[in-house]
Amino acid sequence: MRRLRGSAFAAGVAMLAAWTLLPIYLVAIGGFGGPDAVYRWPKSFWPENLSLDTFRRFVAIGGIWQATEQSVKVALITVVLSLALGVPAGYALARLRFRGATTYRLVILLTRAFPVGILALPLAVSFARFGLYDTALGVALVHTALALPFAVLVTASLFVGIPRELEEAAWVFGCTGPGAFRRIILPLALPGIAATAVFSFVLSWNEVFAAAVLTLRHRTLTAFLLTVLSESPLHIQLAGGFMLIVPSVLFIFLVRRYLFAMWGIASR
Amino acid sequence: MAELLIEGVAKSFGPVVALAEATLAIGDGEFVALLGPSGCGKTTLLRIVAGLEEANCGQVLIGGRDVSALPPRARGLAMVFQNYAVFPHMTVGENVAFGLAMARAPAARIAKQVARAASLMQIETLLGRYPAQLSGGQRQRVAVARALAVEPAVLLMDEPLSNLDALLRLEMRAELKAVLREAGTTTLYVTHDQTEAMGLADRVAVMHEGRIVQIAAPSDVYRRPASVFVGGFVGNPPMNFLRVAAVSGEVRLGALRLSAPMEEGGLLLGIRPEQLAVVETGGFLFRVAVAEPLGTHLLLTGETGGQRMRAVVPPDATVVAGAELLLAFDPAAIRWMDAASGRAIGAA
Repeated sequence: MRRLRGSAFAAGVAMLAAWTLLPIYLVAIGGFGGPDAVYRWPKSFWPENLSLDTFRRFVAIGGIWQATEQSVKVALITVVLSLALGVPAGYALARLRFRGATTYRLVILLTRAFPVGILALPLAVSFARFGLYDTALGVALVHTALALPFAVLVTASLFVGIPRELEEAAWVFGCTGPGAFRRIILPLALPGIAATAVFSFVLSWNEVFAAAVLTLRHRTLTAFLLTVLSESPLHIQLAGGFMLIVPSVLFIFLVRRYLFAMWGIASR
Repeated sequence: MAELLIEGVAKSFGPVVALAEATLAIGDGEFVALLGPSGCGKTTLLRIVAGLEEANCGQVLIGGRDVSALPPRARGLAMVFQNYAVFPHMTVGENVAFGLAMARAPAARIAKQVARAASLMQIETLLGRYPAQLSGGQRQRVAVARALAVEPAVLLMDEPLSNLDALLRLEMRAELKAVLREAGTTTLYVTHDQTEAMGLADRVAVMHEGRIVQIAAPSDVYRRPASVFVGGFVGNPPMNFLRVAAVSGEVRLGALRLSAPMEEGGLLLGIRPEQLAVVETGGFLFRVAVAEPLGTHLLLTGETGGQRMRAVVPPDATVVAGAELLLAFDPAAIRWMDAASGRAIGAA
């Protein structure tokens, strides 16, 4: 019975892994394999004739470095804004008792219920009026709105997991409110906050719709590739896709330890 | 070191009255235990003294200074928390030094005080470790050392031993008493464990339903409880209370004739189980329902005249369930209680 459960578990893990990794793998061999690999039928599952040719051509596309720079800029602003707003909000949700706390929690989630598609057009019009259209800050604002619910709820669960007595002990032994937060709460929540930052970064890095609607000349990498690649051959598209996926996967992989730590704290 | 004065402090959480009214004076260097069942308001009172909770009314004075409006850090006190609240991202040494470092004490003084507190609590060898590497008992020592290191005017302890296992608790209790006596710190100690309160404190303040119902030395609380509640809560097994009637200033219990504090009417006769003795003649009839041999003594539970009663007799007595015994006691050991109010009659 136990062995059966063990193998069922293993099968589940294998399926989930395949679900995530197989597409990435196929994108990768398409990108590295060049046009032959992409158009040949039947397809070979094993990589053959790998070359960086496609990537060289991809990297040489005019404006691609600018777009990458723009993507990083937008993502960094998103991280700063969602932490600056999300961490205090999460702390308030975790520690303070106030009227409407539950409603507030729900409303935060509700912001995710609005499709970006509906918001994007009116936003484009308003952004044009405010001078935010086609700027990194404009796109970052929208990305922050998308990342914020996550940032608030995750940091709130982090703070809930840190015993209140630690903070009270800090107050008794000489800390002010902000002092206790900086000396005690922040160091303990840091791994989780770092994970939140990475999530916000990846969310912004991957987001394409708002970025495409709200920019024209200063496009982020995703928005830029969306327009450029739609006119490119398939293997270039795959190479572009691979270049987009790698940073996200890498980032999540790097902070996985902190993600576990975060959940460890939250469930303690 | 200073005296602590709590004057008319009350606290409600919305419609819930946590603390009806509390007034308490603790002398310089005195150790007072707040004893009561959960929900009696003892922790709320402690947190108000600490400044972690705001009172609705009343004052807290430390060394004659009204600290009611001051934040915790400005009150000159230290606290030991129930779950230790040792900072997990700091070493033991950093934890113990925390209060002094926050007060910007000179490095030499910090080093001296940390060494002293560490040696008092015997954690010198642990100073470089992190709390995660310590056992519960060791963390408790760190928490106490952290509090002693700042040489507080008043030391507050919130059920500091309740998370330790029984044997360790016994050990720590004796050790705490010795350490605190040596430090001579004014201490307010919250506990629901009566042996802890009786064993540690110079005086015990028994709390019930948001009020301090008796403040006295441990032996006085034990021998002369101020109410039925105190008699039942302090002491294990609890005090017996028999409903009796006074007739012409006299209460009859079996062959015993006791002089009552009133002429006529119903009242409660309080007597400790260990004050009861088995006699050959005289006394009153006691029917044993259960006999529990507890090593040091034999605990008998049964009834007399239809009322439940417990008696503690020497361990070598051979008593079986269903037996009928004659019991007697010294009339001086009686604590008379008013049947209606449940308060002690006569002496305070």
